[in-house]
Amino acid sequence: MKERGFKLDWLLLPCLGSIAVLLLWWLSSNTWSKELPDPMKTWNSSKIYVLEPFAKRGELDQGILRFTVLSLSLVLKGYVIALILGTPLGFCIGLSKTFAKAFDPLCQVLRPVSPLAWLPLGMVLFLGAGKNASELAAVFTIAICSMWPTVLNTAAGVRAIPQDYLNVAKVLKLSRSQTLRKVLLPAALPYMFTGFRLSLGIAWLVIVAAEMLTGRPGVGGFLWQEYNALIYEHIILCILTIGIVGFVLDRLMSLVENRLKFA
Amino acid sequence: MPFLHLKAVSKGFDSLRGRTEVLKDINLEIERGEFVAIVGYSGAGKTTLINLIAGLTRPDSGQITLNDLEIEAPGPDRGMVFQNYSLLPWLSVYENVRLAVDQLFPNWSESKKHQHTEVNIARVNLTQATQKKPGELSGGMRQRVSLARALSMDPQILLLDEPLGALDALTQATMQDEISRIWQESNKTVVLITNDVDEGIYLADRIIPLSSGPAATLGPSIPIDIPRPRNRKLLSFDPAFKKARQQVIEFLLESNKHRPTSITRKMTLPDIEPEDLSQPRPMIGGRKTPIRKREMHRETIETGM
Ligand SMILES: Nc1ncnc2c1ncn2[C@@H]1O[C@H](COP(=O)(O)OP(=O)(O)O)[C@@H](O)[C@H]1O
Ligand SMILES: [Mg+2]
Repeated sequence: MKERGFKLDWLLLPCLGSIAVLLLWWLSSNTWSKELPDPMKTWNSSKIYVLEPFAKRGELDQGILRFTVLSLSLVLKGYVIALILGTPLGFCIGLSKTFAKAFDPLCQVLRPVSPLAWLPLGMVLFLGAGKNASELAAVFTIAICSMWPTVLNTAAGVRAIPQDYLNVAKVLKLSRSQTLRKVLLPAALPYMFTGFRLSLGIAWLVIVAAEMLTGRPGVGGFLWQEYNALIYEHIILCILTIGIVGFVLDRLMSLVENRLKFA
Repeated sequence: MPFLHLKAVSKGFDSLRGRTEVLKDINLEIERGEFVAIVGYSGAGKTTLINLIAGLTRPDSGQITLNDLEIEAPGPDRGMVFQNYSLLPWLSVYENVRLAVDQLFPNWSESKKHQHTEVNIARVNLTQATQKKPGELSGGMRQRVSLARALSMDPQILLLDEPLGALDALTQATMQDEISRIWQESNKTVVLITNDVDEGIYLADRIIPLSSGPAATLGPSIPIDIPRPRNRKLLSFDPAFKKARQQVIEFLLESNKHRPTSITRKMTLPDIEPEDLSQPRPMIGGRKTPIRKREMHRETIETGM
C-alpha cells in the first residue's frame, strides 16, 4: 500500500500536471494564439534535433545535445572564473571587518545588475580581441553575474564559524595557512557549496542572453536564430532543453552539497 | 613557587552599557599534580577564568605564570576541554585526535604517531568509535574525544571547562569516574570548572568557590580530606564531604546575597476574579483564555537569601 502511494506522488502527479499544461498549450494554439505551434507540430518539427542529438548540419543547425555541450562549455569557463574570483573575495569579506566595510556595499550594488547590461560592457572591454571578442564578452558576463552568490555565501560561511573551532586552532598553535586549510575552509565548505550551486544556476540563466546578443552557436543562439527565421517550434524545444539542463545541473550540485553537510 | 600562579588578576569586557568587570583580584596557587575544582554560578566568569589560564584572553591587570613562565598566548602545554563540543565535525574521532598529535609531534614517525593516537583514544574507552564522526556520537562520547585530544597533547596541565555540564545525570556519573581514573593514571595537574558542587568534591583535592559576578572573585580554598578511591554511594554520609559542601554552598549563597539585584516578573495568579472586560481582546492569535485583573499584577522580588 505504502509503495503505491509513493509512486502515485512522485510519478503520477507530475505526469498529471504535465498533461494539464499540454492541454492548455494545445487549447491556446488552437484558439487565441494561432501562431503558437501546438504540441504535436512542435514534436514533429523538433524530432530530428532530439533523435539525432549530436548531428552537425551547419553552424546554427546542430543536434540539441551538441548545442547543449557548446553552451555548457561556455558556461563552465565563466563559472570557473566566478569561483576563482568569488571564493577568495568571500573569504576576505568574511574574515576582515575592514574588508567587509570596503567591499560589501559594492557587492550589493553590482549584484542586481542584469546580464543584458553587463554584456555590452564586456564587448567594449574586449574590443581589441578581434575574433574572440564575443566569446570573451560572454565569459565575462557569465563570470560577473554568477559570482555574487559565491561571494556572499562564502562570507556568511566564514562568519558563522564557531569561536570554539578557532580556539582549538589557537591551542594547537596552527599556523595561519594551516588554520585556513584545516579549520576555516572545511568549516565554511557547506555554505560555500550552497553559493556554488546558486552561482551555477545563474551562470546557466545568463548563457541564453549572452548567446542571443553575441549570436554564438548554442542553445540560446539557436533559439534566437529560429525566432528570426519564424520557426517557432524550435523556440519551445530550446526552452524545454534549457529548463531540463538547468534542473539536472541543480540536482547534481545538491547531491554533492548534501554529502558535505556534517551530521 | 607554585606550579600555576595567578596574582591579582582582573578582567573586564566592554559592553553596550559601558565596561563590566567580570573577574576582580583573582589569586590562585596550584601545585603540580593537584586536582583543583572551581565552582560558581553560571555567568559568574568561570569560562573567562579558564580562558585566561589557557591564554585565549589576556588579563587587564595581574599576572599568570605556569612554571614561572608568564602565560602570554594559548599553547598545547595547557590541554583544554571546552565547555561546548569543540570537535571538528568533518573529521572522524581518529582524525580529531590525530590533528593534535601531528601538530605537536611533527618529528615522530608515522607509526609512532598512529600508535599514540590509538592509545589516547583507548584511554577514554572509545576504540570502537575510532572511525565515527562527532555527529554520530552521544554527548558523553564527544566529551571523551575532547578529553582524548587534550591528553594526546601530553600537556603539563589539563583545563576542563564544565566538561559534563551538558550531559544527563547518569552519563555525568560515569564520566566523573573516567576523569578520576584518567587523572590517577596520568598524574597530571587538573583544573576543573563546574557548577556542580558535589562533582567538584567527588573529584578534586581542593575546591574553590567563585563568587557570583560582576567582579567575581575566588573564595577560600577548601581541602577535601577524603581518601581515594572515593565511594560515590558512601560519599554523602562522609562528614568531610558534608563539611566541604556546606562551606562551599554557604560562600556561594553569601556572595549572591550582596548582589544588588532583583527580578521583576509577571505573576499568574489563580482565577478567582471575574474577567476584565475593559481589556481589549486580540481577535487573531493571542491568548484564548479571559484576561483577569489579578493577572496584570507585577511583582519585584529580591533574589538571594
Ligand atoms: N568576549 C566577551 N565579551 C563580552 N562579555 C563577555 C565575553 N565573555 C564573557 N563575557 C561576559 O562575562 C560574564 C561571564 O561569562 P563566562 O565566563 O562565560 O561565565 P561562566 O562560564 O561562568 O558561565 C558574562 O556576563 C558574559 O556576558
Ligand atoms: Mg562557561
